[in-house]
Amino acid sequence: MLDNRRFVIITFFGLIGTAYLLRLFHLQVLDDSYSIESSANSIKRITEVPFRGQIYDRNGKLMVYNTPVYDLLVTPYKAKVQDTLQFCRLLNIERHTFDSLMTAAASYSRAKPSMFIRQLSREDFARIQDIMVDYPGFEFAKSSMRTYTAPTMANSLGYVSEITGGQLKKQEGFYYQQGDYYGQSGLESFYEKELRGRRGVKFVMQNVNGVVKGSWKDGELDTMAVAGKNLYTGIDFDLQQYADSLMVNKVGSVVAIEPSTGQILAIVSAPNYDPNKLATRHFSENYRELAENPYKPLFNRPVMASYRPGSTFKVIQALAALQQGAISSNTAFSHAGVPMKCHGGGHGNSVPQAVQHSCNPYFYRVFQSMLYNNDLSNTYEASRTGLAKWHDQVAKFGIGERLGVDLPSEYKGSLPDVEYYDKVYGVKRWKFSNVYSLSIGEGELLITPLKMANVAAIIANRGYYYTPHIVSGIGKKDNPLPEYKIRHETGIDRKHFETVIPGMVGAVEAGTVMRLARIADVQIAGKTGTSQNKKGAAHAIFIGFAPADNPKIAIAAFVENGVWGGVSAAPVANLVIERYLKGKTENKAIENYILHKNYMPHIAAPAPKKPEIKDSTKKKELDTPLAEKKAKPVSKTKETTSPGE
Amino acid sequence: MKNIHSFSNSLIQNQQVAPRKNKTLTQNLDWIAVLIYILCVLIGWFNIYAAVYSPEVPTDIFDLSHRAGVQMMWIGTTVLLIICILVVDYKFYDTFAYVIYGLFVLLLIAVLFAGSEINGSRSWIKVGAFSIQPAEFAKLATSLALAKYLSDPAVSLTRSWKDYVPIAGIICLPALLILLSNETGSMLVFASFAVMLYREGMPGIIPAVGMVMAILIVLTLLVLKWFIALGILVVAGLVIWLMPKGTRKNGGTTATVVVAGLMIAVVFGMDFFINNVLQKHQRSRIMVLVDPYSDPRGAGWNVIQSKIAIGSGRLAGKGFLEGTQTKFDFVPEQSTDFIFCTVGEEHGFIGSAVVVCLFVGLIMRLVVLAERQRTRFARVYGYCVAGIIFFHFMINIGMTIGLMPVIGIPLPFFSYGGSSLWSFSILLFIFLKMDSQRPYTLSRT
Repeated sequence: MLDNRRFVIITFFGLIGTAYLLRLFHLQVLDDSYSIESSANSIKRITEVPFRGQIYDRNGKLMVYNTPVYDLLVTPYKAKVQDTLQFCRLLNIERHTFDSLMTAAASYSRAKPSMFIRQLSREDFARIQDIMVDYPGFEFAKSSMRTYTAPTMANSLGYVSEITGGQLKKQEGFYYQQGDYYGQSGLESFYEKELRGRRGVKFVMQNVNGVVKGSWKDGELDTMAVAGKNLYTGIDFDLQQYADSLMVNKVGSVVAIEPSTGQILAIVSAPNYDPNKLATRHFSENYRELAENPYKPLFNRPVMASYRPGSTFKVIQALAALQQGAISSNTAFSHAGVPMKCHGGGHGNSVPQAVQHSCNPYFYRVFQSMLYNNDLSNTYEASRTGLAKWHDQVAKFGIGERLGVDLPSEYKGSLPDVEYYDKVYGVKRWKFSNVYSLSIGEGELLITPLKMANVAAIIANRGYYYTPHIVSGIGKKDNPLPEYKIRHETGIDRKHFETVIPGMVGAVEAGTVMRLARIADVQIAGKTGTSQNKKGAAHAIFIGFAPADNPKIAIAAFVENGVWGGVSAAPVANLVIERYLKGKTENKAIENYILHKNYMPHIAAPAPKKPEIKDSTKKKELDTPLAEKKAKPVSKTKETTSPGE
Repeated sequence: MKNIHSFSNSLIQNQQVAPRKNKTLTQNLDWIAVLIYILCVLIGWFNIYAAVYSPEVPTDIFDLSHRAGVQMMWIGTTVLLIICILVVDYKFYDTFAYVIYGLFVLLLIAVLFAGSEINGSRSWIKVGAFSIQPAEFAKLATSLALAKYLSDPAVSLTRSWKDYVPIAGIICLPALLILLSNETGSMLVFASFAVMLYREGMPGIIPAVGMVMAILIVLTLLVLKWFIALGILVVAGLVIWLMPKGTRKNGGTTATVVVAGLMIAVVFGMDFFINNVLQKHQRSRIMVLVDPYSDPRGAGWNVIQSKIAIGSGRLAGKGFLEGTQTKFDFVPEQSTDFIFCTVGEEHGFIGSAVVVCLFVGLIMRLVVLAERQRTRFARVYGYCVAGIIFFHFMINIGMTIGLMPVIGIPLPFFSYGGSSLWSFSILLFIFLKMDSQRPYTLSRT
């Protein structure tokens, strides 16, 4: 009887053994989660974030570089803060900030380090480094911070900030990770791939205390970090800052281009802000402040704002008409029967004279001649054919489409074509009398300051242009994107420029530009313009280039609410030209005048709290043809919004 | 002693069996058991080497400056010990069983006062550079004493309850002393004598009740005690309801109610015991069995990390000296109590299965050997050996795979440490010696 108990015992032993084997089989073979956890335990992935490329100006001056900073990371389960208050004082943060940072870190992962405080300066780091030893779970990581050598060109340089969730999702491939920096605007965004370099990854084995015990798989999977490529720009940093200073207390843009290359020498968006503001860890506060500023400093006016070109468009009209043979250089028009007034009297004798004095009636006739410069007797059909021809010619100046500058969110502007008017009025229901406002750059035309500067460059070049661009070298000098090496022709004969340019020279020397703004010893060719503004005082425009016979610089200056191009915009442009050509300012009188001029529109109402810059400004700045048509009564409110001048 | 000798001599002579003196030391030794033993010790040694191996400072397995080298020395001394055991007459253990027992009880008392404290338990005696743990040897002494007591033909586990008292005494005395020196793990090993007692006639209800108790304890940890009580009552109600009418009238109801009441009392008692009597580290060790993640950085750490180590070995393991979990100190006590993690991580399921099979094979072999003994003394002792090795195997491997609470007892023949290797080797080889002398003994049962 008792002898049989051996079988019970043996069965029991066997059952336990079998149970253990099954358990081991499950643990080791069926369930692979332990394998993953083991790797997570002992294999640490160390990312090496490369330095972002630096940005230089045309003379080798450093514009943007990286400052080494330290990020403070926290591993929640290890973190034990005995005296939270003291800890907060040490890091100069509020108690609730501490709590929310801790909660955020813990919700990401309790076992992995999360960002606690970004970008501690070297001074802060030195101050707290030793003390932090007493706080387990906190560690420092080397990082870098974008730093700008001067508070200028903020919008075009752009800024970097932590990649957003949406951007993470949208990215092609899987390069970016949570917490990575990402170029958000300007050059930083346009050249993100070149600037960022390539992140290096190192796998190391670590023991339970996080002490590195050597490379994993002998470094087979490790990749070296590759530093970002430097960008060499065509910007003249001194000129840029000088132009900036001239635009203080003004809203508008200055764009200067080297005509022979298309390189942008200076690109001012006023009002400006210090780009360093968006590089620090106070990014969000500063960003909100800028976004709520009623003058919209974050709006990159040279490429995003658009205006009617006004009288500056007359040079294009003259060139187009000459090329089409609608007029000749000596064509004279009388003012009779023209529904437009002239600024003076008797400017209708020739093209140069009309340009010099910006004669409205003359260009009314020019445009009319262009539209009817065909055999069609029906004015509707003739206008249609003429406008199509005109449109194709003007489009060659880069108007109506994006130029392709190396900045994101360039606005394409508007150049009305036949289809557009067919839509508005109906096919063959419109003719010259419906569209004549185009003749002096009004109506449905919309252009950006950059495009106007490009027009100046085209005229300076006598007929061709290179797409304006900021970066002339990626990684090394003279290595721009290939599209910036393509010469674009306008198809206008050189001789026609020789007709128009003397008029432009005359405009500066004895025409629409104020006498005070003239620059001694430099022959500037220019054209002023006034862009009608339904919201307030008209915007002042000036385009020009110099020296007229051998242009080194082409420029467009836009001063919002500056009214007369010759009074507000031309002095700014001329001073920039003088500084660029002479390296100094001799005309102190006009410099003094313009520095003290304030054209800021008065904004009484508090800033609209709309974060979408693009939308809110569209409403304010752009009177698109459709909006105009829909909102006709706007003109009635013209008087109610107080103008600046 | 002389009397016994002459008595047995005469018996053998009377029976005309082979001469008493064996020709060689290893004659009649059970080679299956010995082979498994040798495999276990060697595999253990290699795994200790792997557990302490540091890829940065590679050392030789024979290097005496680390544990693998020291273990090699222990193995060497163990071989000498085994030779001694094989030389000594098997009757010695029978004769001196109580003396040995008494000696170790005295030693256990001595460590309480004069022992050196290591890892919070005052259970070590320092002899020069080495420390030995009398608790490890107490199992052996107790086994001998129990065998000696039960070898008395007058003692029976089936006839009278009176004989249980000395048995309980023999077991409890060293167990209590070990508990006092804070070696709870070694104390629990004394439960392994249940295997032998069951074989010798202890009613099956006793181990059954023990297991029910264990299950209730686990339930107490898992579920609120009121729910368990409610559950027991519901089951009791069902039992009574489903009972045949006759049984119900014949005291069946009363019996069920009494059993249910006792169980509820156990649950509440356990709850009280766990929360108010147990020390904090003991409580957390039990809690961790139920949910290792209740304290992932504390008591649960060992369980989680050892499961990760074993689990990450997959089918074939990471390879000798390639384990990351064990190498980088994620698993604590990896060369001693958690040595099985190294096996699991570096040799995978195949390696683990080999080790489990070696143990189950050895234990079953010991049962077979025990059953073929002619004396009750040898059989009882054999069952004690099988029970002790089984208990260590079950608890130690069970805890590394999360099936048992973390109880710090070594894996026989594998774990680093002289005391443990010596005691298990002595334990085993005394029995193998007895077995080898089987032809010369006379059955008395």
